[in-house]
Amino acid sequence: MNIIVCIKQVPNTTDVRIDPVTNTLIRDGVESVINPFDAYAIEEAVRIKERCGGKVTALTMGPPQAENALREAISLGCDEAILVSDRKFAGSDTWATSYTLSAAIRKIGDFDIILCGKQASDGDTAQVGPGISAHLDIPQVTYVKKIEEISDKLAKVERMTEEGYDIVQTPLPCLLTVVKEINTPRMPSLKGMMRAKSAKPLKWTADDIEAAPAALGLDGSPTRVVKIFTPQQRKGGEMMSGSTEDVARELTELLKDMVI
Amino acid sequence: MASITILLEKCTGCTLCIKACPFGAIHMANRKAVIDMAKCTLCGACVTACKFGAIELKQDAGAKKDLSSYKDVWVFCEQKKGFIQSISFELLGEGRKLADKLGVKLCAVILGDGLESKMDELSWHGADKIYLVDHPALKSYQDDPYTEVLVKLAQEYQPEIILCGATTIGRSLVSRVAIKINAGLTADCTELDIDLKERLLLQTRPAFGGNIMATIITPNHRPQMATVRHKVMKEAALNKAHKAEVISKRYPEEVFTSRTRLLDIVAEIGETVNLSEADIIVAGGRGLGGKQGFAILGELAKVLGGAVGAARSAVDADWIPYSHQVGQTGKTVCPKLYIACGISGQIQHLIGMQSSKVIVAINKDPEAPIFKVATYGIVGDVFDIVPALTREFGRLLKK
Amino acid sequence: MDYLITEQQTMIRDLARKIADEKIKPVAAHYDETEEFAWPIMKILADSDLFGVYIPEKYGGLGGGILDMCLVTEELSRACGGIALGYAGTGLGTLPILLHGSEEQKQKYLPDIAKGKRLAAFCLTEAEAGSDAGSIKTTARKEGDKYILNGTKQWITNAGEAEIYTVVAITDKAKGIRGASAFIVEKGTPGMEFGKKEKKMGIRASATREVIFNNCEIPAANLISKEGMGFIVALKTLDTSRPGVAAQAVGIAQGALDCALEYSRTRVQFGQPISSFQAIQHMLADMGTQLEAARALTYATARMSDSGAKAMSKDSAMAKLFASDMAMKVTTDAVQILAGYGYMRDYPVEKYMRDAKITQIYEGTNQIQRNVIAANMIKEKIKK
Repeated sequence: MNIIVCIKQVPNTTDVRIDPVTNTLIRDGVESVINPFDAYAIEEAVRIKERCGGKVTALTMGPPQAENALREAISLGCDEAILVSDRKFAGSDTWATSYTLSAAIRKIGDFDIILCGKQASDGDTAQVGPGISAHLDIPQVTYVKKIEEISDKLAKVERMTEEGYDIVQTPLPCLLTVVKEINTPRMPSLKGMMRAKSAKPLKWTADDIEAAPAALGLDGSPTRVVKIFTPQQRKGGEMMSGSTEDVARELTELLKDMVI
Repeated sequence: MASITILLEKCTGCTLCIKACPFGAIHMANRKAVIDMAKCTLCGACVTACKFGAIELKQDAGAKKDLSSYKDVWVFCEQKKGFIQSISFELLGEGRKLADKLGVKLCAVILGDGLESKMDELSWHGADKIYLVDHPALKSYQDDPYTEVLVKLAQEYQPEIILCGATTIGRSLVSRVAIKINAGLTADCTELDIDLKERLLLQTRPAFGGNIMATIITPNHRPQMATVRHKVMKEAALNKAHKAEVISKRYPEEVFTSRTRLLDIVAEIGETVNLSEADIIVAGGRGLGGKQGFAILGELAKVLGGAVGAARSAVDADWIPYSHQVGQTGKTVCPKLYIACGISGQIQHLIGMQSSKVIVAINKDPEAPIFKVATYGIVGDVFDIVPALTREFGRLLKK
Repeated sequence: MDYLITEQQTMIRDLARKIADEKIKPVAAHYDETEEFAWPIMKILADSDLFGVYIPEKYGGLGGGILDMCLVTEELSRACGGIALGYAGTGLGTLPILLHGSEEQKQKYLPDIAKGKRLAAFCLTEAEAGSDAGSIKTTARKEGDKYILNGTKQWITNAGEAEIYTVVAITDKAKGIRGASAFIVEKGTPGMEFGKKEKKMGIRASATREVIFNNCEIPAANLISKEGMGFIVALKTLDTSRPGVAAQAVGIAQGALDCALEYSRTRVQFGQPISSFQAIQHMLADMGTQLEAARALTYATARMSDSGAKAMSKDSAMAKLFASDMAMKVTTDAVQILAGYGYMRDYPVEKYMRDAKITQIYEGTNQIQRNVIAANMIKEKIKK
């Protein structure tokens, strides 16, 4: 089984802080990590490989330093890695990003299943996974929390909903986006880390993936950011004190209108 | 190809652009700004921040397209088991404002099976037109037929704007539709407005886990598509005199085929897990010490008619299932009231709940970061205070 | 302090630290409370290849040495000295095979150990043979191509959980300590049983039980080295493993110091963090300095072992003695800095203090270590 897992390198949100004076993001010392949701996709891809055989290819679009995310993916069990990187991709919105990744996947050619995290922690759009499947015109199942069965032809999966979950059967090839509940990602292994150190991820440019120039980057993106600003920070309010009973009574009174 | 340049003669080295750049791509060299192209995403934040017009962002404008044939504001109305979901009424409320500003019609789009009787509900919430596609294959959401039908409708009637809930269904559906009809799509908007001069939808959304806000436009593509989070917009007022024109569309059978098969729909048994629907959430973290702690929270939630949420640490410790998790790797919620019990308030948790209207925090550590966002803070033992609150609210609500 | 470890060792240390922080710290209190053996953590260590860091590449390991093993033990002990012992105890049980085993024995056992598929344990101590290891009573009688073991080993780390046991038993009573031999016994061999699990003061996540041999038959091929070599094997094993105990002590102390430092910066009394008081600062300074000295001695000894040094009883005894005494002192001081909170189980420092105590006791009490050190010093003086 040929498995492709799409990942994104994002700033570690644990490190993201707001400068209280200038009200801007402090980025000094912010580490880049694999998008936390993609870690579940990588783990699931490796588990499918362990179950069914085959290989896992990690794919990312990003700046040259995104190669580090690919090395980490290899240390976690991916077999091959491809970095799609070109200045022409700068300014891509989710439309252009999913187009670029789908063009890279077309170049890879042979695949049975594509896995993505349900969304990235920096953009939070959840649009790129479904976007890729739309560009490739293959079936998708989003928010997958369990793969019940998988064979060369079919997968039976549980798709998380607001109320519970759906059980969906999909033919392969298909694209799945996964949620945290699907697995607990393993720790990297030393042998994997050593393999990652010497691995040479493939580097593809816009020309390599034979992408239409007009569909790339800022020019290929229907949406444009016109303003970025820091939201008003929520301020801490009143600290209540007194005996437990007093505090409970006072709070009940304060919240009366909200709960009735 | 698009490009960005610093106009050296105009740059004063004031460093405002460095602060504005969300990607850390600008630094100073010889008192002039320098952009690291490996990091720059051409987002344009520095262009707006620069007071001296020293940063130039160029893109291939292309021929200005004639977009005048696109009209009306559409709301994709979600139904489950034939019931219209409340997010749809919120979107109709917001859609009404946008349609009025643009002077166009507000249209509801609804896909399902046997929905004729539901048309009044949509009319009363302000829809001027309703596009109804009724077919057994549309009974429950499936990606293929829903995408196909919405694409066909949009291509035929050419709406200017399509709004959709940022739900599991909405996000999956419109992401595909936007690609197929070559439209711009902005996720999870918390504020929508109209630039009347350019007839543009101004879409504002949080990014970087709510640490920054971005306003996004779709200048050259139609429709302009946006998903909106639940509970952000106000429901449309009910007007039983309002009457919509219903356009019932039929399509050939092949439009309704689905490659995936929906085998079963499983509702999680028991309590109200649906956090994103809840107006009141009582949530617990590590400070609860175990499953028993959540039993105490459950009692308070029951009295208040709310749902139980949890911080990641409690979920990781197996005290409560993942479906209750609030925060970065769980759900984003914005209820009217969020009561955080024994939750320290790590940034990943705050991301998921800080847009709640009122936050009450109960924690024994006065230094816990949760107090920085709490409307009301109580330093004390959860095991004393929560039962006391259950008693008081029980008395108030006569339960 | 920069100890100039290799790139591979840095990778090993960082991975062990990541596992300790992300996987062990959250469950350390749980395993301390329940006294269960932390199999899920052993599985993680196995999948990460950490069990193989000191095993040669030809047997499926990563080809490192005792320093590599120490780095892992130290990092794991930072989170939990008890869980770390599941790892370190396997190292102790493996050393007799690694140092004295035949090629066949190595090929048979080391690959599984390197993969973490099977844990190991070392069986020397008996009820009446603690510091006086020479008076062990367990016997191994040769019959044809078999040995038959009888006797009871006491306080065996990893007993019941491990699958490979290296056992020292008497083959020729007349020869005294020269009549002891070392054997490999696999779990499940008929006649091998385990006693009840001991209830301990600290390292409670570690399994400590009796290993009972009752006419336990093993193939003669399981003899390590030759008959009569048992004590040489045991002494050499302990000389090599003692830096591991020292590393465990360093890790436990570091864990406690980290807590104390963090707490002192956030605990406010008299309107300021207690870290601003000189009384606390001087305690922290002493703790940090002693800790670093112990680490330096530990690493130096481990490196000496890895360089192939033959006689290192004195040096490894010094490392173990110094590091374990340091750990007891530093963890006690950490409890003192947290004071009332430190004494409560809500904070992990009281556990570090309980865990530290064992490092002064096992693999030779510190009194025995002093004997060994002094005896060697005097011997060296005479030789000159």
